[in-house]
Amino acid sequence: MKKFMPLILLIILIIFPLVYQNAYYQHLMILVFIWVAIGSGWNMIAGFTGQVSFGDAAFFGTGAYTAGLLAHHFGISAWWGMAFGGIMAMAVAFPFGWICFRLRGAYFALASLALNEVCRHIATIAEPLTQGMVGILIMPTFVSKIPYYYIALALAVVSVISVQFIMQTKWGYYFLSIREDQDAAESLGIDTHRYKMVSLNIAAFLTGMAGALFMNYMGFIDPEVVFSLHDISIMAILVGIVGGVGTIYGPAVGAFVMVAVHEFFRTGFFGFFKGLAVLTGSDFLNIAAKYISHAHVLGFGILVVLVILYLPNGIVGDWNKLVGKLVPFKKKEAAT
Amino acid sequence: MILFEVKNLVKHFGGLAAVNNVSFQVEKGEIFGLIGPNGSGKTTIFNCISSYFPVTGGNIYFKDQKITGMKTNKICKIGIGRTFQVVKPLGRLSVLDNVIAAAFSKVQTKHEARDVAMETMEFCGLLHRKDVIARSLPIGERKRLEITRAMATRPELLLLDETAAGLNPTELEGAIDLIKRIRDKGITIIIVEHIMKVIMTISDRIHAINFGQTIAEGVPKEVSNNKAVIEAYLGEDYAQG
Ligand SMILES: Nc1ncnc2c1ncn2[C@@H]1O[C@H](COP(=O)(O)OP(=O)(O)OP(=O)(O)O)[C@@H](O)[C@H]1O
Ligand SMILES: [Mg+2]
Repeated sequence: MKKFMPLILLIILIIFPLVYQNAYYQHLMILVFIWVAIGSGWNMIAGFTGQVSFGDAAFFGTGAYTAGLLAHHFGISAWWGMAFGGIMAMAVAFPFGWICFRLRGAYFALASLALNEVCRHIATIAEPLTQGMVGILIMPTFVSKIPYYYIALALAVVSVISVQFIMQTKWGYYFLSIREDQDAAESLGIDTHRYKMVSLNIAAFLTGMAGALFMNYMGFIDPEVVFSLHDISIMAILVGIVGGVGTIYGPAVGAFVMVAVHEFFRTGFFGFFKGLAVLTGSDFLNIAAKYISHAHVLGFGILVVLVILYLPNGIVGDWNKLVGKLVPFKKKEAAT
Repeated sequence: MILFEVKNLVKHFGGLAAVNNVSFQVEKGEIFGLIGPNGSGKTTIFNCISSYFPVTGGNIYFKDQKITGMKTNKICKIGIGRTFQVVKPLGRLSVLDNVIAAAFSKVQTKHEARDVAMETMEFCGLLHRKDVIARSLPIGERKRLEITRAMATRPELLLLDETAAGLNPTELEGAIDLIKRIRDKGITIIIVEHIMKVIMTISDRIHAINFGQTIAEGVPKEVSNNKAVIEAYLGEDYAQG
């Protein structure tokens, strides 16, 4: 049963937009799929290889800008950007990793944070190329959300399956060895520098593709959006942690939960406070509603604390524990 | 035939000369014991061989090739396997996965790697523990996992750093037996060990150091009767008395 869960879920997701033609929910699902790809990439380098990235937005934004600039300057369909976006993200990741992976410990995490900021500043300053804060606007290819939905779904599925495949090969074993103990890994013939590079570039490619798709879908980007530290880089970490660090399906679950939480706050608890304000005519509640919609970062913080306290291995990693807690009688039933 | 040679090896840590001009040659197929009191530089010699840090001076040769300064992973690839005195299991992986990761150094596919791993675990007597998570193994089996993993890289020369320390008498018998069987496969072994019973019974030749310097070399009997060795281990009073 558990084995078929992903397949059943996939079928449901394929049918979903046909049955339920609500553009809002389709939009949310597209975001979820994009986050599955980003989360899978983050999980590759951080979860499986143990090199925690705080700067995924560097790759995401590079992918998005690659697609956007190709369309904007050369009139090349932004769909080409999907492939080029991934490759350009690797072009950023390669020299970065080459330098940073020479050092061990927290250097990579700190440097990735810096990379994020450097990329954001470049995109802001290089106005002739990127139009700076004005951002890039392109014509969306489709009016309907359905094509985007399926393309995003395909990206998500490809991300999860490629990670699953890679983790069954020599590369996967090498990534895990590096995460567990770099000295031991070296003594077993593993070129730790090289395989950290491999892992980072896979992550960058997936994240860059996600960025390019985001450009295509949203039609507009600016540096604050796609190089955002908290809305992209930190969100990527949260997707990984909430879903389950170092698990294949963790990013998929994490993406779903995090987009939901994000939306929950953005809409002020799905309009609960706004509704209450209208109902009672209270100015205070009206203002509160406005602030709550900006408070998603606070919500993220609380969520992470809860997850780390109660589900340190994430929802997927601690699935059995979670089920045991929610359904206390299930265990007793099985025992008798 | 000389398989391995260390020539005038020097290693300084700041002002401390942890290894000071040590030279020795190891014959193909022999068990070569390396002894010395605590802090005398044995582990440091291993770390120099596997290139965990650059040597201060001297050279290391394996199969007539100079390997000084070669990258650690490359050292493994050319056929020098090692274990760690302070064991380094891939903690959250199963015993099987630990050994598969090692096996990949000589084969490419998962299928082959798994075969090599199963075979090696069987040879080293760890097969019955294959699904156990490495960090939950007791110390005796962790030491054995170190040997198994190193063996899965198919070495010609194996460096064993105190793999018998902390074992109970039964485990000790098992460890001695395993080391002998590894030698019988034609693998050359350099072994560091404090337990005299072990080192004296299995070594073909022994090299003794103290404060990073050579004090004796020879067959076990010669070394155990050597005055400088007895002094280093038991103190001057014993040597005179
Ligand atoms: N990485 C290091 N940095 C600084 N000093 C070191 C380092 N490694 C070892 N030393 C020092 O070098 C000397 C030799 O240490 P080493 O670990 O080689 O001894 P050993 O013979 O293996 O001892 P033991 O029998 O206790 O394992 C010691 O004085 C130790 O403190
Ligand atoms: Mg030592």
